[in-house]
Amino acid sequence: MFIGKVIGRVWATQKTPSLTGKRLLLVNRLNGSPPSETSDITLAVCDKIDAGIGDTVLVMDEGGSARSILNLKNAPIRTVIVAICDSVSIGNQNFYVSGTERDQK
Amino acid sequence: MKPALVIGRVVASVKDPSLKGVKLLLLRCIRWSGETLNDYLIAADSVGAGAGEKVFYVEARDASIAVHTNPPIDAAIIGIIDGVDFEE
Repeated sequence: MFIGKVIGRVWATQKTPSLTGKRLLLVNRLNGSPPSETSDITLAVCDKIDAGIGDTVLVMDEGGSARSILNLKNAPIRTVIVAICDSVSIGNQNFYVSGTERDQK
Repeated sequence: MKPALVIGRVVASVKDPSLKGVKLLLLRCIRWSGETLNDYLIAADSVGAGAGEKVFYVEARDASIAVHTNPPIDAAIIGIIDGVDFEE
């Protein structure tokens, strides 16, 4: 899994059947600790929990797990948003990553 | 899933039998903004994509799941991009 930021959306009417009805969001994989620096990896991912633009999300990046999350036995899908991250803690520091506030406690 | 531009097709009469009937397209990698990159790959087509169309593809084992005969392939086009909107 990796942490990324939702930066946009993708529309596609002609697509593999198991993608119909699924929202496709663009997520930029974040680097750094806490993960907040943009990288040059931006992937289209399936969204199962209605994440919005600007949210920091947790993305599952493996086909078998993606299929079991979407409970679709043969979906050629590998990346699925599984959570919206509220905060990341490193050592005794707690970083809020959700939305745009970078609040350090 | 990554974006790419379909720029051509690959025809091979002598090939591994398991690749029979698999349509192979030549893709050029692009950014989501459409900017082309100097990176190319061959992917199987599962949605009827044609040259000049922007598509997105999946790699690894999930690629073979995209094509109903489950051929041994490592990249498969699974959608044709209608539109993208994002802010860097």
